[in-house]
Amino acid sequence: MSAFSWITQLLYVLSASCFVLGLHLMNNPATARRGNQVSTGGMAAAIAVTLAIIIHAGAISATGWAVMIGGALVGSGIGLYSARTVQMTAMPQLVSVFNAVGGGAAALVGIHDYMRLTSAGASVPTSTTVTTLLDVLIGAVTFSGSIIAAGKLQGVITSAPVTFPGARIVNLLLAVVALGTGGYLIATPSLLGLVVVIIAALAFGVSMVMPIGGADMPVVISLLNAFTGTAVAMAGFVINNWALIIAGALVGASGGILTKLMADAMNRSIRNIIVGGFGTGDAVAVAGASSGSIQSVAADDAAIQMAYASKVIIVPGYGLAAAQAQHEVAALADVLESRGVDVSYAIHPVAGRMPGHMNVLLAEANVPYPQLKEMDDINPEFARTDVALVIGANDVTNPAARRAGTAISGMPILDVDQAKSIIVIKRSMGHGYAGIDNELYTDPKTSMYFADAKTALTDLTSAIKTLVG
Amino acid sequence: MSTTLLTDLTIFILSLWVGFEVISKVPATLHTPLMSAANSIHGIVLAGAMLIAVTANDAVGYVIAFVAAAFAAMNVVGGYVVTGRMLKMFKRRPAAAAPASPASPASPTANGSGKGRRA
Repeated sequence: MSAFSWITQLLYVLSASCFVLGLHLMNNPATARRGNQVSTGGMAAAIAVTLAIIIHAGAISATGWAVMIGGALVGSGIGLYSARTVQMTAMPQLVSVFNAVGGGAAALVGIHDYMRLTSAGASVPTSTTVTTLLDVLIGAVTFSGSIIAAGKLQGVITSAPVTFPGARIVNLLLAVVALGTGGYLIATPSLLGLVVVIIAALAFGVSMVMPIGGADMPVVISLLNAFTGTAVAMAGFVINNWALIIAGALVGASGGILTKLMADAMNRSIRNIIVGGFGTGDAVAVAGASSGSIQSVAADDAAIQMAYASKVIIVPGYGLAAAQAQHEVAALADVLESRGVDVSYAIHPVAGRMPGHMNVLLAEANVPYPQLKEMDDINPEFARTDVALVIGANDVTNPAARRAGTAISGMPILDVDQAKSIIVIKRSMGHGYAGIDNELYTDPKTSMYFADAKTALTDLTSAIKTLVG
Repeated sequence: MSTTLLTDLTIFILSLWVGFEVISKVPATLHTPLMSAANSIHGIVLAGAMLIAVTANDAVGYVIAFVAAAFAAMNVVGGYVVTGRMLKMFKRRPAAAAPASPASPASPTANGSGKGRRA
């Protein structure tokens, strides 16, 4: 091993260490920014080392340089523009698109290497074939799956689960074709065979994500993030590059953990989400005994109730994110705080469209993060709360989850029903994703305020100002 | 099984464990920035995409190299920028708090300031 290889390998290990340290600093909001900077530094070092390797080898053609630099510039431009301009509510889609291109790039690395080996006519070692196949399979599934997921979140593709009779058989067939052809390739290297694998994997990605409903997308994005990491690690095996293996494995593991945390918070297994069936007919239990009457409330009454409270807990949900009302809720909280009301936010782990998405939306609206309380911390406080203001959250507040035999039984919920009074801002009596009635709405302590979250919050804020200001 | 593959596998498996350990302590508040950060880290595939350009020697190879470089660069640049943008928002107190307090005497009675803070 030459001195040059020694140095470059060590620098790769150094940049990998930066990734680990960067993720570690993400443990705490106070150090998280530094973590991102350390990680960026590691990435810059890894790219610089790769450039040095290419120059040192001296084998690259002028066209090669042009293609590499041109591609990198085009990609950087698109990445920079979209990252700068994206709305925070559209973050999950963007992450999904980055997953797609990352997985696609990893698959292309494997494909190119395989083309090089087969065109040389040499026999391909089994280990290379296996890692290439895993790279291409996972990368291609991630690519098409992530694009579908982004499309569903953006509303370009219907967010409702899309299924048809025999969908599972098609899935199974695609998997059999991809894996079967892969098995054949181990014995007989063939570029055509790899093309079959790619097509089957792309189709599988589409058919895997299409039947999954919009509410499960956070889990799917997290899972696809882990897939991309794994595909990148496999690409690292193919071209024998430590930086790719370490970084890919890190992301694969972290994405896996996040996916599990998310799924646990929704009381669903990952298998359950991927295979489907939830909310598509067979699993929906009809909640009985929800014949209570509901009472609705107008802005003025709700405003007075909150203005004279001493403790208010705001429970933001998916509806708040969808209405992009994060700035309006922050304005309401400011008015209440200026009157001496103790305001905090109860954040359910699956609020928003991605794990922790609600925290980002509220941070964008300048809500200081110590006011954002996680479920286990805030639940004991509801009993001491005068008004719980629920904005567009449904299933995560349904007391039916504490009973057995409902579609959401066992799901951890926010104990909103323990508050002295409850105001629910909601557009209609429509069901949440679980498709069952929310018993909270018929609770005698609950007042329903039927309006769009953004309008309702603006009206509440101005009502407080004019009535009691 | 070659020594190279064995080394690579060892690195892979140990890195998986490091990933599990590092992530499992992160509070839910930071899950979205964290996913975004992890997302930018898999942009390391740019290093692999750059190396394609070295061995490419025909039109198909160059097209693959170009697309791979563009995809990976989009992942890495976009990922880091958007993560930074998100983390910049996490502050302990809102920046608006300072100008807000001198503003309240401007509307003397409107705020009910006589009551003061009950909490």
